[in-house]
Amino acid sequence: MATRASSTHTPRAKGETLHDGFLRHAGFRWAKIAGGLSLLLVVSYALIDITPRHNGGSWYGYTLGTIGVGLILWLTALGLRKRAMTTGRWSLKAWTSAHVYLGLSLIVIGTLHTGFQFGWNVHTLAYGLMMLVILSGLYGITVYTVLPRALSSNRSEMTQGQMLDALRAIDRQLHDAAQPLAQEDAALVRMSLDQDPFGGGLWRRLTGNHRDCVTTQAHRELRRATSTRPNLGNDPLEKVDALLDRKEAMLAQLRRHLRLRALLEIWLYVHVPATFALLAALTAHIVSVFFYW
Amino acid sequence: MSDSVRIAIVGSGPAGLSAAARAAQLGLSHVLLEKTDHLSDTIYKYQKGKHVMATPSQLILRSDCDFDAGKREAILETWNRQAAELGVTVAYQAEVKAITGSAGAFTITTTKGQTFVAEAVIMAIGTQGNPNLLRCPGGDLPHIQYQLDDPGEYVDEHITVIGSGDAGIENALGLAADAAQGNVVTILNRGADFARAKSANVKLLMEAGEQGRIRIMTETSPAEVRPGELVLDTRDGQETIRCDRIIARMGSAAPRKFVESCGIDFTSEDREAFPKLSPVFETTNPGIFVIGALAGYPLIKHCMNQGYDVVEFINGNRDLKPADEPILEAKFAALPGTRSVDEWLELLRARVTILNDLSPLQMREFMLDSEVRAYKAGDVVFERAAPGSSLFAVAEGSALVEVNPTDPSVTVPIEQGSIFGEVGLISGRRRGATVRAGAASIMVEVSRTAALKLMASVPAAKRAVTRISIERQLLQIFGPGLSTDDVAQLMESAEVLSVRAGQPIITEGEDGTDIYVIRVGSMIVEKMVAAKPVFLSYLPAGSYVGEMTLIGGGKRTATVKAAIKSEVIKLDGAAMRALMDRKPALLERARTMMASRQDVNAFIESRKDSFSGAVDMYSETARFLVDNGIGEATDVLLIDENLCVGCDNCEKACADSHEGLSRLDREAGKTYAHLHVPTSCRHCEHPHCMADCPPNAIHRGPDGEVFIDDTCIGCGNCQRNCPYGVIRMDSVPPPKPSLLSWLFLGKGPGPGEPSKKWRYKHAEPGVEKPKKAIKCDMCSGIDGGPACVRACPTGAAIRVAPEDFLSVARLERENG
Repeated sequence: MATRASSTHTPRAKGETLHDGFLRHAGFRWAKIAGGLSLLLVVSYALIDITPRHNGGSWYGYTLGTIGVGLILWLTALGLRKRAMTTGRWSLKAWTSAHVYLGLSLIVIGTLHTGFQFGWNVHTLAYGLMMLVILSGLYGITVYTVLPRALSSNRSEMTQGQMLDALRAIDRQLHDAAQPLAQEDAALVRMSLDQDPFGGGLWRRLTGNHRDCVTTQAHRELRRATSTRPNLGNDPLEKVDALLDRKEAMLAQLRRHLRLRALLEIWLYVHVPATFALLAALTAHIVSVFFYW
Repeated sequence: MSDSVRIAIVGSGPAGLSAAARAAQLGLSHVLLEKTDHLSDTIYKYQKGKHVMATPSQLILRSDCDFDAGKREAILETWNRQAAELGVTVAYQAEVKAITGSAGAFTITTTKGQTFVAEAVIMAIGTQGNPNLLRCPGGDLPHIQYQLDDPGEYVDEHITVIGSGDAGIENALGLAADAAQGNVVTILNRGADFARAKSANVKLLMEAGEQGRIRIMTETSPAEVRPGELVLDTRDGQETIRCDRIIARMGSAAPRKFVESCGIDFTSEDREAFPKLSPVFETTNPGIFVIGALAGYPLIKHCMNQGYDVVEFINGNRDLKPADEPILEAKFAALPGTRSVDEWLELLRARVTILNDLSPLQMREFMLDSEVRAYKAGDVVFERAAPGSSLFAVAEGSALVEVNPTDPSVTVPIEQGSIFGEVGLISGRRRGATVRAGAASIMVEVSRTAALKLMASVPAAKRAVTRISIERQLLQIFGPGLSTDDVAQLMESAEVLSVRAGQPIITEGEDGTDIYVIRVGSMIVEKMVAAKPVFLSYLPAGSYVGEMTLIGGGKRTATVKAAIKSEVIKLDGAAMRALMDRKPALLERARTMMASRQDVNAFIESRKDSFSGAVDMYSETARFLVDNGIGEATDVLLIDENLCVGCDNCEKACADSHEGLSRLDREAGKTYAHLHVPTSCRHCEHPHCMADCPPNAIHRGPDGEVFIDDTCIGCGNCQRNCPYGVIRMDSVPPPKPSLLSWLFLGKGPGPGEPSKKWRYKHAEPGVEKPKKAIKCDMCSGIDGGPACVRACPTGAAIRVAPEDFLSVARLERENG
């Protein structure tokens, strides 16, 4: 009885609302494929006898290298896939899932391809860059798993724009409330008003260390003055004090928001440029290999 | 005064005055009886400075008095001057008490004891003297008034205007016009749209609402009047507002007792019925004529034309055709047979059930807004899935509905007099089936606006449409194997109930075997476990509840209450039982549904002891979603904030799939337990946006998506009407360079919606593109489905139908 009796046409199958994240996509399909591939390669590496020893130049090494290049090119294509909104039954989530697990399998493929021969040359440079890309990706997976909850909780239904608006509104009130203040107190408020909430540089953004925040300083200074006086309810300093309190809370929320956003994005500034460097090194690696063949 | 006159005219409004002016012009002896000391009291009593409109604009004015849209004062001045110039004989302070006698010698007695003798009487008394009263508890309190003379009189008051017609809107606008008066003005509308009012008024009202000068409450009706307070039934439950004064403008009805005492019959027993009239406005008492609002037509232009016409008729000019005759003639010209306009009108009125109660005058006005067409047998009237929201009535012949899309030979007939296409009126869905003419037929196509107007002004038409749509709905819900006769028997015991948000229709532990069909809105099912209500399931419109006790006996096992303001059809348990006994297939289907419901109950019972945070959390989450309008959604975008990394790729994908404008705002919206409802269309079961779209550009597509077509005029009504703020008004940005040239050459703004700055810089010079309403269309027509979901890299964005999402089965799956 609790079912819809009229059969309206819906393109969605029942129960499809049970959703998984990119890591669990389709019952870990890509984890299984990538894991299986890695296992197969490790076992075959152990079983196949290459003389004098495993290296990138053997038939086995070339096979691994070809798979590796193919994968790297395909993994890079995620950047295009994400931005090209073409039609068709594809899902970026499935792509991400495959990207993550196949990317991780490159650790095995790439390492076996080297035959554990490293040196100070363009070949090892390409390997090193690949590992850098993968490591930054691993960091990405970690923050994508851990941080979204914190981002959502900290927002408490406010958008970034609303947080900035709220901050601006407090600043306007501070500006008005500071008019009757003495000059040195007003200077403290001005310090806070002139502050750029985005300022402080990358390190500060990532660590969330804002101990020398001028608003906090101004607040502390004013507190020192107001704490010794009885609050008669008409002291303009008390009003400014309350506003600075609110501003600090708002700033803290905004900074946490910006910090989380930064942590979620910063790795891409390594991942993507390193990918392009990798592609360049890889080209050099391939060209030189065939040049000296 | 006992000199006999040729014509006595009662009432000096636009109709009476125009009649008197015609009589004076023709040199007929006449007297115009006016109960006050000035002409045209209704216009006189309009708010000072009111702008009087001249609708319908396609109608030609034919009168000896001039009239054009303008200020109340200017119009009154013109009429007073022209009445004097034409030599109209007026008797002021003459309120008519009784009309006796018969044609040729009527005696009219006034309250002051004067008598007038006339050969013919024209009654043009309007209906303003008899307003519809507020009928709720406290409706007799002194701060309720039915008229507003001067809105400038009231200062610093909380005033509530009740009524969705022009009078109500104009009063509300007048009261809120001057901010210095400090009035807090609220206007209540029982329905969702202002269909009865003139569109210019509605526009002004919407503007005032947007600027915050007037609070507009739709789907709201007064529940109780208290001194200083007003209790309201709103879509989302009861609400009490401060209210120092109530201005009730809920229309008016003919002063029936007096009219009947003059020997005039009415068309029906309805409170809002009109006197029976011949095509020349003659009543059932020969010699007495009725024109104007009393005859069922309240617009000034029509009244004035009728005044002119009726005097011509009385004077023997029986061949005079009404002013709108050429327009109607053209409409009927293509039809077979050689009938006159009047004959056609009478034929349509008599044959089509929903038009039965219309007076000839209302028929004329109705046909001005409608089309009539002839079809040969087998001609397609409309195709399945074609857009269209008009209502069709079969005037002659029959229609065949192809109920099975794969086999056109399976049809259900719709007989002469009935209607079809009524679903479009309610939810604006596309045509559900192809309809053909069964025989050589004549069909009337009524535009959605005209149909809504008809239903709002003729209660009998509304009842007929409601009855037919309920019958069809029951037939659809209880499925195949049932005949219209079976349903007709159910209908006898059926009762349509309106349910407030949160009000239960079934309470756990009570007796009862009645069955409830959800017609409009949605319900939630809850069960008390350990003194806490646990959310069991969600029932969308089109489902039914209550058969468990009917089949299995016992007491109600769960509480069913409205998620939003809803309408249910209550079917008598015994009648339903009798039907089930006769139709075993129906019983079988009900048993299957009951079994699945019992499974859910059993599941909850089995978890009773281990009821942990998980179930509480589930109930709370479900309640949060219902509070956020998921209760009326058919498809909604949700974001799991455990997964969302805030990349906004959903918004970018949306923009890139739709002319460069995003239809969703990911970050805005409510969140509960990391489940986020972004600002994006819910594709409501009964879309609020559709309520008042002048070009009728909002439709529902085959997959249930509500979309706006190219005929949008950019008025912004839908944006104002949407309670979830998901419609934006914007113009299409200039085309962007391709993705690759952005990627490699840095050309253009990149994926997603271009910035205002870029758009401004790259706009075609000198061309201003219009701003139109844009909203989510569920990526209809785009292979692969909604772009927002496809483009989410982490799987945080999902689209769900509430009945899939809000079910205990989900909890079971997740725990198991």
